[in-house]
Amino acid sequence: MTEFLNPAFREIATSSFTEFLGKAAPELLPGRLGLTGSAAELTPHGTTIVAATYPGGVMMAGDRRATMGNVIAQRDIQKVYPADEYSVVGIAGAAGLAVEMVRLFRVELEHYEKIEGAPLSLDGKANRLAGMIRGNLPMAMQGLTVIPLFAGWDAGRDQGRIFSYDATGGRYEETAFHSVGSGSVFARGALKKLYRHDLDAAGCATVLVQALYDAADDDSATGSPDLARRIFPIVVAVTAEGNHRYDEVETAEIVDRIVAARRTRPDGPQAPLN
Amino acid sequence: MSMPIYVAPEQQMKDRADFARKGIARGRSVAVLRYADGICFVAENRSQALHKVSEIYDRIGFAAVGRYNEFENLRIVGIRHADMRGYSYDRVDVTGRGLANAYAQLLGTIFSSGAEKPYEVELIVAELGETAEHDQIYRLTYDGSVGDEPHFAVMGGQADQIAESIRAHHRDDLSLAEVLKVAVEALAAVNPSTELGVEALEVALLDRTRHQPRKFRRLSAAALHTLLDLPTAGTTTAAEPGTGEPAEQQGTAAEPAAEPEPTPGADTASNGDEPAGE
Repeated sequence: MTEFLNPAFREIATSSFTEFLGKAAPELLPGRLGLTGSAAELTPHGTTIVAATYPGGVMMAGDRRATMGNVIAQRDIQKVYPADEYSVVGIAGAAGLAVEMVRLFRVELEHYEKIEGAPLSLDGKANRLAGMIRGNLPMAMQGLTVIPLFAGWDAGRDQGRIFSYDATGGRYEETAFHSVGSGSVFARGALKKLYRHDLDAAGCATVLVQALYDAADDDSATGSPDLARRIFPIVVAVTAEGNHRYDEVETAEIVDRIVAARRTRPDGPQAPLN
Repeated sequence: MSMPIYVAPEQQMKDRADFARKGIARGRSVAVLRYADGICFVAENRSQALHKVSEIYDRIGFAAVGRYNEFENLRIVGIRHADMRGYSYDRVDVTGRGLANAYAQLLGTIFSSGAEKPYEVELIVAELGETAEHDQIYRLTYDGSVGDEPHFAVMGGQADQIAESIRAHHRDDLSLAEVLKVAVEALAAVNPSTELGVEALEVALLDRTRHQPRKFRRLSAAALHTLLDLPTAGTTTAAEPGTGEPAEQQGTAAEPAAEPEPTPGADTASNGDEPAGE
């Protein structure tokens, strides 16, 4: 409570929480450690995130596995988070830092909205995230790379949009679909064959879970749906009405259908040749 | 060589209190009331851009009267305090009591320090509990004293009169439409010469029925029309969905010109709050 009397609280002129924290309490920011040498093996790695747009929304899904070398560090990690009520962020890379970065990003968006009385634009949100990734560059060079995937509803354009990033904070808008993480190559192959522009929400969710299944099929670091423990991918849809995270019953229904079909055709649905 | 004039501390405090009170009495009033599904903030505010009521955190709302730049400053400090707490500990560790205490310390320090002039503001910090019994309304005055109001709180120019008229009609289990009627009638009664239409009201809720963790939402003019059962030109949309604040309110603090009602005095811009409309 005494921090309230700190003049910094009244004197710093910014609507950004990160900037404010950087001046008032820099020790609370993630990734401000002066490390030397590689730190890559200190934290588990999150793996595959996929996202796709559909008419009326955008959807993101992630598997639940985190690995440390050959060990499965966690079976039910959450890697897809709502960033605010109209956007969602998924993370691949150094899990410890990434989760902290997402937490900061969520406060950042809400903080701005409360102080300014209006939410940031979707491009504004995407750029803020780019800035935070760029701030993590020294950590990335120590092996602690964080690669997010960001998606949200753009009320101005009336459509869902997807943004990908590189470790230096480069921001790239993706059309239709994208994937990040160790299994992303396999997931993208599946998305290419399954994606179509007229998907409905249920179809889009099925395509994303199919892509994650294919990623898990070929990438040991991506977890496939755990039928015995009932651990399923996290699927979040964003529309003009806001975020909707699929509950366990909804994802179980999609997963059960996909797994049943793969019993007869393990490689998944067949795309037409022409 | 000049000698500082001796002023007795009692006199000094009294002068400072009178000064602050005078500033606050010029402002229009704000009422904060409990109702069946949460807490309702009703402010007379003719500006669309400058808010008197605001969101601080998931379950905490803020209302203020007095000098605009001062309470805006306090609002931002409160949001920073809450967000920093929530970020470094956990969201559940941000409480209305903690915030009210922090405001009390800050206002008290400023009031009694000779270095700054006292703030000409009164604040209400309201927190929505998990259940209605845990709802809290704290009222803070310019000198840092805190009061815990069980049912409703009023502050501003004619607070006592308004409180009296609310007391006669208010119950904690009123519906939203009923509680709005009680508040708006009480606010309008003290100033019969000016009409208190929807465009002169700023209304926000801490709404327990909202599914998102953030319970604060503003009521649009259209929603107010419907709830207050006023004749309206065909706009009947319900309350605004989504993020607490409507997107059209882009204009922010740097725009005192947005006040539709020009102040007769010369010091409009510096004394951000409107003068009482006699």
